[in-house]
Amino acid sequence: MEPISFIWPLTGGLLVGLSAGLYLLANGRVAGISGLTAAATGLSRGAPRSLGLAFIVGLLIGAAVASTLIRQPVLTVTSSVGLLVVGGLLVGFGTRWGSGCTSGHGVCGLARLSPRSLVATGGFMAVAALTVFVVRHIIGGA
Amino acid sequence: MVRLAIAVFCGLLFGAGMVISDMVNPERVLAFLDVAGAWDPSLAFVMGGALIPSSIAYLIRRRMDAPVAAETFHVPESRSIDLPLVGGAIVFGLGWGLVGLCPGPALAALTTGAWQAFVFVGAMLAGMVVFRLTVDRKS
Repeated sequence: MEPISFIWPLTGGLLVGLSAGLYLLANGRVAGISGLTAAATGLSRGAPRSLGLAFIVGLLIGAAVASTLIRQPVLTVTSSVGLLVVGGLLVGFGTRWGSGCTSGHGVCGLARLSPRSLVATGGFMAVAALTVFVVRHIIGGA
Repeated sequence: MVRLAIAVFCGLLFGAGMVISDMVNPERVLAFLDVAGAWDPSLAFVMGGALIPSSIAYLIRRRMDAPVAAETFHVPESRSIDLPLVGGAIVFGLGWGLVGLCPGPALAALTTGAWQAFVFVGAMLAGMVVFRLTVDRKS
């Protein structure tokens, strides 16, 4: 995997923050992708399906356009099919149970200093880092 | 209609951000989480960059009675640290650390055509269905 200039993640992050900020000030809602995905698929209580669908469709178009015009991402995926399935199940279940993911708790929640989001973000970052440590350095022996 | 257009526009910005930041790349995310290995700080810039406009927006919100295009704000007000919050964060963190994909990047990765993204997103939706049919089954 090639190292990239910090300009890319910084610019991408600013766009994500602009998206979250605009969504709050214009539509009055948290731009959390797990919640929007659940809304879009009819799996959420309360959140309007139309808004979820609109946001997710926009996300897919935005990603496709940016890949074509700005930066073609080169994905490196080392996970086996089984690991992808287990990881996906855990991410889907966990984000709904914990009411948010990296965007809802991480970006929106930390921005408004929500104590719940501080705990959630600290928790999932720590568990994710610990998981990588166990997989790569204890089991993998790297 | 205005609200839907705003949602599409915010989605466009978000999706572009996922690709431009390279957060769609699971290996980049795992390298960020691998604090004991060859640590890649990239994602700290994504988080830091995102928090700048987001924090400003939440500060502006304090001076607003209602959003520009909707009647009321729908921002969670709960402050209780409970089992679902902590348990959900742990389960999510485990899945994120195993594969290196969280919901936003996973959806954006679909547009690259990588089959792994389709498997992951399919399982993620199944996980959300399981939650809806078990813990969230009230009615």
